[in-house]
Amino acid sequence: MMRERIQLFLLASCAWISIAITLAIAVALLQETVSFFREVSAAQFLLDTEWTPLFWEKHYGIWPLVCGTVITTVISLVVAIPVGTTIALFLAEWSPRSLRQIIKPILEILSGIPTIVFGYFSVTIATPLLRIIFPSLPGFNALSAGVVMGIMMVPLMATLVEDALSVVPQSFREASYALGASRLTTMLRVTLPAAAGGVVAACILALSRALGETMIVTIAAGQQPRFSLNPLQAVETLTAFIAQVVMGDTPYGSIEHRAVFVVGCLLFLGTFTLNVGSMWIRERFSSTR
Amino acid sequence: MGQALKKEGVHEIVSVADLNLWYGSHQALRSISLSAMTGEVLALIGPSGCGKSSFLRTLNRMNDLIPIVRVEGRVIVMGQDIYHDGVELAELRRRVGLVFQRSNPFPKSIYDNIAYGPRIHGERRRSELDGIVEQSLRRADLWEEVKDRLSASALGLSGGQQQRLCIARALAVRPTILLMDEPASALDPRSTAKIEELIGMLRGEYTIVIVTHNMQQAARVSDRTAFFCDGSLIETGVTSELFTNPRNAQTQDYITGRFG
Ligand SMILES: Nc1ncnc2c1ncn2[C@@H]1O[C@H](COP(=O)(O)OP(=O)(O)OP(=O)(O)O)[C@@H](O)[C@H]1O
Ligand SMILES: [Mg+2]
Repeated sequence: MMRERIQLFLLASCAWISIAITLAIAVALLQETVSFFREVSAAQFLLDTEWTPLFWEKHYGIWPLVCGTVITTVISLVVAIPVGTTIALFLAEWSPRSLRQIIKPILEILSGIPTIVFGYFSVTIATPLLRIIFPSLPGFNALSAGVVMGIMMVPLMATLVEDALSVVPQSFREASYALGASRLTTMLRVTLPAAAGGVVAACILALSRALGETMIVTIAAGQQPRFSLNPLQAVETLTAFIAQVVMGDTPYGSIEHRAVFVVGCLLFLGTFTLNVGSMWIRERFSSTR
Repeated sequence: MGQALKKEGVHEIVSVADLNLWYGSHQALRSISLSAMTGEVLALIGPSGCGKSSFLRTLNRMNDLIPIVRVEGRVIVMGQDIYHDGVELAELRRRVGLVFQRSNPFPKSIYDNIAYGPRIHGERRRSELDGIVEQSLRRADLWEEVKDRLSASALGLSGGQQQRLCIARALAVRPTILLMDEPASALDPRSTAKIEELIGMLRGEYTIVIVTHNMQQAARVSDRTAFFCDGSLIETGVTSELFTNPRNAQTQDYITGRFG
């Protein structure tokens, strides 16, 4: 009895510690955010189209960073969602066991590569390759960073979708085959829809991952905030701005430094909402099944 | 009940000769020869694990889905050797429907469950599909219960309704033969009675091969009965005769409840 109680206590305190840390981060972010908005008006933050806190003439319009994040994120999802889902379908529904045993470890290796390597890969290999199609592509650009980020997320996507497919009861597939459906038809019209909740949750998790990804965009996207959605340019994302300031020599407590917390706050809100949304969707779909 | 068989012109719609089936090295069916006549209800009975389901699943080649299965022998369905290369599996399974032991509706609406089969076989016209859905549900005696909630999820139906939905779904592709693998074994007595009544309504229009554990059920619904034991076919005969006057001692033991 006593031992059980101690175990329970230890487990509960671990849970509480992680909650406490999350709260502490949220409070710190909020505090700095509040002091930032004492100096910069919300109107400028939301209406200005330039983001130049590190320049002589400072502008604090958030949209250029949001644009950079949106472009790279969308590109990465355009790569990761179809490729990851296709691989998952292939693994779960199609491939013989022998092939599966080759593909799975490859995915695991891919997911173990540090993001800095992906960033480097983006600059030295992906960009030159993409120049074959877009000759005017600058050395640092949103397209290449987004594509490589997408490649990085393929294993995540594939694993999550495969999990979702594997819990679809075999009896659904059998019912479909017994009506004369082919393997492809069964996969597309029965198995995938039955796993829809898991697939959507996987997409949201990938989205949240893309929003938070830092290293690849810091290295490869160019660190140039731009109020534009053209992927063939250098851009700066929310995360890359944070990295830039934190690694630079901006004095602590300065307004530029506070800007980091504001951006962090925004990211925190974004990914938090998405993760909760993903959980909610998964729950909803699993209860209707 | 046996009268249908004695009519002139009734022919073998399913004819199995010397069928052997293995799961890996385990032989589950031994030299089975058995036929089903057009329009009859053929019941398969026998102790658990004797190969009834395996036999049933050879008739629409559902065994193909299990990689370790090997089949030998001749299975003629509607004049075609179905284990011959070049058989259209989709067409075979459309004409030989299967109802599973546990009802397995898709997690879709009632309408989409029934329309699934016709749709995958190329039917896109809404009016046509509406007609098929209504007709199939009527045949499965479910229409009155669900006609006002066709777009509701099929998973919200009761167990018995779900099983009738699965029968309707099988009927929607207009099969000639209907295979049923213990269609009522997971149901309460009232739903079971309903399914049996339904089989009575479908008799004649479809050729039905039904596996059942319940001998009263076999006696009630079938024209002929085949008794399986240990992978072999022990005896087959007109149901009323097989149950009142079995020729084989093993059959006698089984139907009188001395084993199985
Ligand atoms: N997928 C499979 N893999 C290996 N062996 C199997 C498989 N399916 C069935 N068998 C074996 O084949 C034999 C016949 O099984 P089958 O399911 O046809 O019996 P059954 O008469 O339908 O039994 P029940 O009345 O319990 O449903 C059994 O010994 C069973 O263990
Ligand atoms: Mg069985």
